[in-house]
Amino acid sequence: MYTDLLGQQFVHNALLAGAVVGLVSGAIGFFVVTRGASFAVHAMSELGFTGAAGALWLGLSPVVGLVGGSLVTGLALGLLSLRGRERDSAIGSVLAFGLGVGVLFLSLYQGYATEATNLLFGSVVAVSRPQLAGLAVVSLLVMAGIAASYRPLLFSSVDPEVAEARGVPLRALSVITYLLLALTTAEAVQVVGVLLVLTLVITPAAAAQRLAVNPATSIVLAMLIAVAATEGGILISLEWGPSSFWIAALSFAVYLAARAAGWGRLRRPA
Amino acid sequence: MAAHPGAAAGKGARTVTFAPVRVDGVGLRFGRRQLWEGLSFELAAGEFLAVLGPNGTGKTSLIRMIMGLLKPSGGVVEVNGRAPVQARAGIGYIPQHRAFDPDLPLRGRDLVRLGLDGQRWGLGGAGRKLDERVGQALREVGAAAYADQPVGRLSGGEQQRLRIAQALVSDPGLLLADEPLLSLDLASQRMVTSLLDGRRRAAGTPVVFVTHDINPVLSMVDRVLYLAPGDWAIGPPREVLTSDTLSRLYGTPVDVLDVRGRIVVVGTPDDHGAHHDHGPA
Repeated sequence: MYTDLLGQQFVHNALLAGAVVGLVSGAIGFFVVTRGASFAVHAMSELGFTGAAGALWLGLSPVVGLVGGSLVTGLALGLLSLRGRERDSAIGSVLAFGLGVGVLFLSLYQGYATEATNLLFGSVVAVSRPQLAGLAVVSLLVMAGIAASYRPLLFSSVDPEVAEARGVPLRALSVITYLLLALTTAEAVQVVGVLLVLTLVITPAAAAQRLAVNPATSIVLAMLIAVAATEGGILISLEWGPSSFWIAALSFAVYLAARAAGWGRLRRPA
Repeated sequence: MAAHPGAAAGKGARTVTFAPVRVDGVGLRFGRRQLWEGLSFELAAGEFLAVLGPNGTGKTSLIRMIMGLLKPSGGVVEVNGRAPVQARAGIGYIPQHRAFDPDLPLRGRDLVRLGLDGQRWGLGGAGRKLDERVGQALREVGAAAYADQPVGRLSGGEQQRLRIAQALVSDPGLLLADEPLLSLDLASQRMVTSLLDGRRRAAGTPVVFVTHDINPVLSMVDRVLYLAPGDWAIGPPREVLTSDTLSRLYGTPVDVLDVRGRIVVVGTPDDHGAHHDHGPA
């Protein structure tokens, strides 16, 4: 019976979507973690939810609203270039309000509650062919963006003071980071849902940081961990349980293992 | 502006004609607060200039002006006869020590490499020539042994060595250091100052060195720029760091004492009556 499932078109779509989204999530995750911007990811996914709920209410595709909501949030965060506590409190206030507006949109929307549940918790097995094509195009765009700006992106993430002195435009890089991140977030929402985006964008990158000592290795590892968790989660969920749970569980298991391994490294005398 | 050396004189003459840094009638103002005005000096090739003064007098702002990151409220700043923004590629910058996250997946080698081509767009694949320059810079500062360790796991002194390699790897014509000795132990302070001094003696690279304590660099300093609230003075340390000059700058009696070769300043308004010798003893 399990093997029958593996032959199904919807399973293929889900696995392909998982691979496409896992790759970009892991890659951008490196920059998010080194910049300490995890909370911003959360804000983008929740305000993406607001956009999607608004789109549902207006009778538009929720994906359009999702990408729109995430992009507007990303652009605002990038332009403001807030730092430290100010950033935390500003993001917290805006995302709380945005989520409230999302709840209003959902209550106005007279359609099926499933749509809302899918947004919140993900529905990778419901990904259609056209949706998969959309995911692939956006992923390519994000990967091209990361490749084109890799060196200044890395410089401004790990060493902003000297990067600025060397002529790296910090604000532009901040906008680029948040826009790429917004696109990635909108992608990840379609696989694991608004509430679990961090499991693809943050957890694999955080695990990879513990295991690698240089940026390139760390990025590739994060991509591999994110893809493995997504594919593994989808395959196990065919047997039992929601895929988002399994993806989060696998991703977290790798993170714990990496912390255990990294702990030994930390103890080693320099 | 100085006369252009002309095409026939070639590139070599250019560097002779223009001062590495020319600051002419420069003012600094934040809102309604005027920190200084009419600041003028020219840095000579191979010169070691220490920028001294209490907190909040614009020492870091001066460095940022020379890097083209801050516009003066008046006057002109030039680096090698050009606008600072256009001269950035030729400037090596050493910030004050700030610990890296111990988990940051960045080796010393990667940090130095960023100083070479981190500002360029694109992936920048592996290049044997660039790797060799990074290796050379690491050896020059004696950091080759730990170049493959994550920077966040290194000591403050080791990290500052890497910072110097990062600043030198692009073979800069000017070095700017902003409190590079802060929170370093005495041995690491000596190492940092002697590496910078060695570079300017070997390559004639002028150094602008912001510090709140003159003593670690006293033996190598050619001139001191002292920024006080509302006024400034520039000259050799023995002329600027005197009771007369500092009393004039602060507008209140200030004593400069020479205690066994260390310069101790007593009586500045930011001196709260306690032991104050421009830095940790």
